[in-house]
Amino acid sequence: MKARLYRVLTAALVLFVMPAAFAESLQINLPRGATEVSNSVYSLHMYVFLVCVVIGVIVFAAMFWSIIRHRKSRGAVPAKFHDNVRVEIAWTVIPFLILIAMAWPATSLLLDMDNTDDSDLTVLITGSQWRWDYEYFDYDVQYRSSMATMRDQVYANLPKGENYLLEVDRPLVIPTNRKVRLLITSDDVIHSWWVPEFAIKKDANPGYINEAWTRVDEPGIYRGQCAELCGRDHAFMPIVVIALEPDDFEEWATNEETRLAEEREEEERLLSMQMTMDELMTLGESVYNAQCAACHQPNGQGVPGVFPALAGEGVSVDSDGLNDHIDIVANGVQGTAMQAYRDQLSMRELAAVITYERNAWQNDTGDEVQAADIHNYIQGDN
Amino acid sequence: MSEQHSKPDNSKMITRLLASVVLMFAFGFALVPLYEKFCEVTGFNGRTNNSAAAGSDGNLVDTTRLVTIEFHTRVNRGLPWEFSSEVRRLQVHPGETTTVNFTATNRTGRDMTGQALPSVAPGEAAPYLLKTECFCFQNQPLAAGDTAVMPMQFYVDPDIPNHIRTFTLSYMMYDMTEAAAQGRVVVDTSE
Amino acid sequence: MSTVVDTHHEHDDHHDHKPTGIKRWLFTTNHKDIGSLYLLFSFLMFFAGGTMALVIRAELFQPGMQIVDPHFFNQMTTMHGLIMVFGAVMPAFTGLANWMIPMMIGAPDMALPRMNNWSFWILPFAFIIMLSSMLMPGGGPAFGWTFYAPLSTTYSTDSTALFVFAIHIMGISSIMGAINVIVTIMNMRAPGMTYMRMPLFVWTWFITAFLLIAVMPVLAGVVTMVLTDKYFATSFFDAAGGGDPVLFQHLFWFFGHPEVYIMILPSFGIVSAIIPAFARKPLFGYASMVYATAAIAGLSFLVWAHHMFTTGMPVFASLFFMYMTMLIAVPTGVKIFNWVSTMWRGSMTFEPPMLFALAFVILFTIGGFSGIMLAITPVDFQYHDTYFVVAHFHYVLVSGAVFSIMAAAYYWLPKWSGFMPDEGLAKLHFWCSVISVNILFFPMHFVGLAGMPRRIPDYALQFADINAIVSVGAFLFGFSQLIFLAVVVKCMAKKGQAAVAKPWEGAEGLEWDVPSPAPYHTFDTPPKIEAPIR
Repeated sequence: MKARLYRVLTAALVLFVMPAAFAESLQINLPRGATEVSNSVYSLHMYVFLVCVVIGVIVFAAMFWSIIRHRKSRGAVPAKFHDNVRVEIAWTVIPFLILIAMAWPATSLLLDMDNTDDSDLTVLITGSQWRWDYEYFDYDVQYRSSMATMRDQVYANLPKGENYLLEVDRPLVIPTNRKVRLLITSDDVIHSWWVPEFAIKKDANPGYINEAWTRVDEPGIYRGQCAELCGRDHAFMPIVVIALEPDDFEEWATNEETRLAEEREEEERLLSMQMTMDELMTLGESVYNAQCAACHQPNGQGVPGVFPALAGEGVSVDSDGLNDHIDIVANGVQGTAMQAYRDQLSMRELAAVITYERNAWQNDTGDEVQAADIHNYIQGDN
Repeated sequence: MSEQHSKPDNSKMITRLLASVVLMFAFGFALVPLYEKFCEVTGFNGRTNNSAAAGSDGNLVDTTRLVTIEFHTRVNRGLPWEFSSEVRRLQVHPGETTTVNFTATNRTGRDMTGQALPSVAPGEAAPYLLKTECFCFQNQPLAAGDTAVMPMQFYVDPDIPNHIRTFTLSYMMYDMTEAAAQGRVVVDTSE
Repeated sequence: MSTVVDTHHEHDDHHDHKPTGIKRWLFTTNHKDIGSLYLLFSFLMFFAGGTMALVIRAELFQPGMQIVDPHFFNQMTTMHGLIMVFGAVMPAFTGLANWMIPMMIGAPDMALPRMNNWSFWILPFAFIIMLSSMLMPGGGPAFGWTFYAPLSTTYSTDSTALFVFAIHIMGISSIMGAINVIVTIMNMRAPGMTYMRMPLFVWTWFITAFLLIAVMPVLAGVVTMVLTDKYFATSFFDAAGGGDPVLFQHLFWFFGHPEVYIMILPSFGIVSAIIPAFARKPLFGYASMVYATAAIAGLSFLVWAHHMFTTGMPVFASLFFMYMTMLIAVPTGVKIFNWVSTMWRGSMTFEPPMLFALAFVILFTIGGFSGIMLAITPVDFQYHDTYFVVAHFHYVLVSGAVFSIMAAAYYWLPKWSGFMPDEGLAKLHFWCSVISVNILFFPMHFVGLAGMPRRIPDYALQFADINAIVSVGAFLFGFSQLIFLAVVVKCMAKKGQAAVAKPWEGAEGLEWDVPSPAPYHTFDTPPKIEAPIR
């Protein structure tokens, strides 16, 4: 506690006494970032900032000069003037010229940022409450990226890791020195995909598609967050991008294609396998806590009026409602935060989490759902 | 009291001010069609024109350049369909008429209705994508387990600015089963 | 200087009779009573919204969720914004307008006294409806005060209906207030009070009232569309039905940006009254002040989309809105230069109203600088929706609008209550406020630049130290306002030094010609103004 107090006091001192000297170490300025564009944005930011500081110093100096010198207690006698056309014209025209000097570089930078032509790679990014989906146009690779920070680090006082709230299970991977075109959209509400080090912030509008581009210079891990209020877990929707050398990226992408294909095969193979109730419940609980508990709560009580309860009411205790239950989990519900999990979870996981929901919290329907049931339902064979 | 303060004028002025209030309220609503029209002309929001365009004049094919079109499809949550395009990427000459087939499959055991809405990025390209035949903005009923092949015939307006060399056409398929059942016309396709 | 002649304000006793008790306040048509009601209501809302801000800052004191649920946190940010904008700042200005405009232009009352009563009394009901919506299952509105669709339509809880209804009532109240101000200024000016002789507070409110008439109906339209989208199957903003969620933002900010100036133009008027009074020198560039105000108001209709640079606008639109926004810096700069020139070679004293006015000039200017930075589209991509924006608009709204309201309160409290505000307490209030407001809002710039998004209940560890400082500043600022409450209560309890008709040596204007406290009826016979009051 004492160490923290000391840090806070130091930070306070630094903030108010000597911002510039410590700016780098304390992170109180924009990052220079990892791309040419982000560096230009940083320079433009510093330029505009410094112009403002200079004007501010002049204006405030004049003001404090009169506050100190032209005060009644020093016997100042008020002057009578209240107009001066020449001065007034000057301070209309000069700011105008200063503004032009700012608008000029801003315009050319904006035109550059807008030019998405001749890209080497296209990635489609879809936001949904509260995850990001990434889909590669040029590879058969598609996956969902969710926050990896544990709930107990947020809600209980479990020690927080270095990248608290800025870590995901499956980061976006892009090559360096390639122009990557990003297409951004949303499945539900408006989100905003923001990685400060790329100087990209673009809204994900449902039903519409936006685009941006980046060319990352250095391999590395870059972190960002959703920047548009998108509901309850807006704060828990981080973005992580890993930039790899083009060769490494190529290798990753082909491996990923193979891996995803193998996963699908494995899935087919496992369809015939029966899991025991205990296995289903154990797997179901872990899937539930990772995917469902944020809204429906770990105790299945939901949030009244916002997220429906699963414990003791609704489809999960309806003995005829199994198909509806599978439908909701697999396909989601349009116009609500409930998303489709059929591409995000394996058949086993879907079966397990549905079994868990139907039997946990004294729901005790006794229903055992197997991967094959899910498969049959999704294939329309029910 | 000071009734002499030009009281008669007040009612006239209040009427005028109230009229401006009503006018501005109406203006708020008038902005909706104005915005739509503005977007149609400029491609401001990337929505393509929902009316069928006249066919391309074959003579106007600009063979000096190629435009790359990327096709993207996505199904909104709650609609257990599969929806895809036969190609992901295509190069065409402006003015050249092309057909791309989209396939939708209803994976459920019940009859459903979907509707695909197009979006183009960059929006600037949207007014130059001229569709002579399209399924977009139309209710697409699919019986349980059925598959439909939906052709989209289009050409790129040869007037497309030179600097647009690539654009993406994205279709999002929405569940319209309920709206269709209630007989609601959801998107006005008359134009 | 002041050449007001023939001010026959007889305040015979029979003029001062008024009903007593609750009926006086419920049925009053007196501009001073209604002004007081507005001001007290706004004061109450200021504390209500402030308490919510403290809930927000308490949760943000350290990383992790400790005090509230994220959903409740979103309700707090939403309600804090709505209450401060529609409940604290706007009613405070309407209250000042009610009290001061008739007295400044030599009118006996507002032009439409009965409507005046109504426009105040529907306001508490609007806020009761809005606040009570938080008791509904699922809680109150949680989509930010900007209620972007579809978060506020398809994805909101049923409290949205109450929210829409409350906004409608607030809108009607503001529109009626604005109509009253316009009619009063146009029809009730004393003989000789030409437009270019009006005090700047009257001028700025005159222009503000036109802005209100122009944009509050648009807000009413937008919330109506939200309501029908949610409950009546329209698709204004629903992409599935062919609508466009970005259209919502266009409509909202078409209202929202002029709204920002609605909350700052009257401040310009207040500061333009106070600085000359305590610099004992006429306001520099009166005419250019008027023109600058009009220019700012006009430009405010052409800049709305600078709130939407990241929505994916075509580049030509981004450039247009960037240039227009930067242009606003010119008339705003003119105002600041004029105030500084008014102080230049004056004979200044530093009573509490002047202290707040000076703090206003400096801190509002800082807010203006961050405004220019935000106008530059390519860098706005980095600032947008971060704490940098939060810092910017709190500098212009708290140390801008709210400070000017406090300055106005200290300036005119003698006139309203007949007692001088306790100078010791007032100065203590000033110094506590001005220091804590900077501890509160200045570090937000840094944390925003470092990458902290706004409207989040929990944040990454590198933002922790600065957030702790900000939270400390918030509590200091919040509790400093209790000193202000003490000063106001003391004046209302008629304690302290009695005020003379003109308690400030350099003050100018008709309001100082009537005794303190101002009698219930003033200027029953209009004064005659023969020379500019400058």
